[in-house]
Amino acid sequence: MSFLSAQNMTGGYDSVDILRDCSISVERGQIAVIVGPNGAGKSTAMKAIFGLIMIKEGSIFLEGEDISMLSPQQRVKKGMAFVPQTENVFTTLTVEENLEMGAYLRKDNIKPTKDQVFELFPILHEKRNQIAGELSGGQRQQVAVGRALMTNPSVLMLDEPTAGVSPLVTVELFERILAIKKAGVAVLMVEQNARQALEIADMGYVLVTGENKFQGTGKSLLENAEVRRSFLGG
Amino acid sequence: MDILNALVLFANFVIIPGITYGSQLALGALGVTLIFGILRFANFAHGDLMAFGTMFVILATWLLQDLGVSIFPFPTALIALPLGIISAILVSLLLDRSVYRFYRKKKSAPVVFLIASIGIMFLLNGIVRFVIGPDDRRFIDGAKFLVKVTEFKNATGLKEGLAIKLSQGITFFVALAVVISLFIFLQKTRTGKSMRAYSDNSELALLSGIDPEKVVFYAWLIAGTLAAVAGTLYGLDKSFKPFTYFQLLLPIFAAAILGGIGNPLGAIVGAYTVAFSEVTITYAYKKFLRYLVPESWEPNNLVQLLSTDYKFAVSFIILVVVLLVRPTGIFKGRVI
Repeated sequence: MSFLSAQNMTGGYDSVDILRDCSISVERGQIAVIVGPNGAGKSTAMKAIFGLIMIKEGSIFLEGEDISMLSPQQRVKKGMAFVPQTENVFTTLTVEENLEMGAYLRKDNIKPTKDQVFELFPILHEKRNQIAGELSGGQRQQVAVGRALMTNPSVLMLDEPTAGVSPLVTVELFERILAIKKAGVAVLMVEQNARQALEIADMGYVLVTGENKFQGTGKSLLENAEVRRSFLGG
Repeated sequence: MDILNALVLFANFVIIPGITYGSQLALGALGVTLIFGILRFANFAHGDLMAFGTMFVILATWLLQDLGVSIFPFPTALIALPLGIISAILVSLLLDRSVYRFYRKKKSAPVVFLIASIGIMFLLNGIVRFVIGPDDRRFIDGAKFLVKVTEFKNATGLKEGLAIKLSQGITFFVALAVVISLFIFLQKTRTGKSMRAYSDNSELALLSGIDPEKVVFYAWLIAGTLAAVAGTLYGLDKSFKPFTYFQLLLPIFAAAILGGIGNPLGAIVGAYTVAFSEVTITYAYKKFLRYLVPESWEPNNLVQLLSTDYKFAVSFIILVVVLLVRPTGIFKGRVI
């Protein structure tokens, strides 16, 4: 079984099933990308895997352990980290305080991790005493990812990390995400820049109306004629 | 023209009472703003929580006075204060466990919490009146003045005197110490930062593993402390009457909302603004102007904009204007 494996998830909000028999998995040191049209349930799938919404059917396994019934906080303790699409930084706290809050559960010395995050995102070191709400969109996303990395997670989940940032910053963020993956983290992300995201993905999932429509390596999906025509604009 | 005498007169009747009253309001508004920031509701029981804590201070003061314990020249109430703080904290935590937690679990709308807090307001109010009675209680002892009018006149040779009551001095310095420790706690400690983080974005705080129940616990701990200290200082400076404490809710809320509710710094700025507005608008300027204008211009009425009986109108007008013009307050708090 994969390191993180969500199997046959069905559920959503209240009585509406947004996910229908949806399965997603990712290994350590790999990037899995979920793409698909608007309303396909991409963000819902992420929230379900993190326990922010409870699924009716299906299970989620982390390192073979069933974590389906755990609360999000318990999943954080198990080594999962989640970067929401919006409102993903503490806007009234400084950059450094944002990182410290990411490491809230840790009792050990967080300095080495903080230094690693600063190494990965040098701009955050420069702006560490600035209020996060005053940063640009791209810098905020870096704070958001940095905050999530402060727990030393084994799984990093990113919900549209490049939403609202410039193409240049998107390329830069993807480079950083590749670096995070190389450090042995399992990265699972939802992306709107489907083509770019699949290029760096080890695994890709195309979700349509809450179901797995296509799945395979990033390269195979990019080469798949139907995927290209329907979801990548030719 | 006698600017010096005018200034002393103004300091004596406006600046010093304004600073004292502002400090008392600041402590009250900080409690309200903190609860709003963390629990997201306007706590109408805060005034009566102040009365509840102060009641224990008064009872302990009376006991200590009977036992002959004294820290002259300071008022005995200062040694009794810890008991008031502890009782205000305990009752807050008890009420949170028994009432607010129930609605938190149900994820009730803020207005439900607000209504529940009105119920708690009546409950606390009833307990206080039952135990200590609805009448005025004075419990100040020790030295009365820090600076006496006659001493000041003799020392300066001015016609006007300046008096600073010991209770005013204590109010200012205790409030200052409490506010500084609160800001150090919020800015520098891990728990304080987690409270700010939770107030800023509770969803993200959950994702970071911050325990909401722990944050709520600390919020009541601080709110109870602030309430007991504010109530005791107010009671020492003026007098203790349960109904007055209930009435304090209006200026306290005006202060918190004017500063931007949820923002601690805003609460302090708002409190002094409300206090000085009240004092300057209800002060009779006749004597003050007599020092400044030629004799022929001397006013023949009191030159008082508003009778002191209407001082609550000032807070009320501030509250309404802020909500209409800038509902987020000066420092961009949340909108109620």
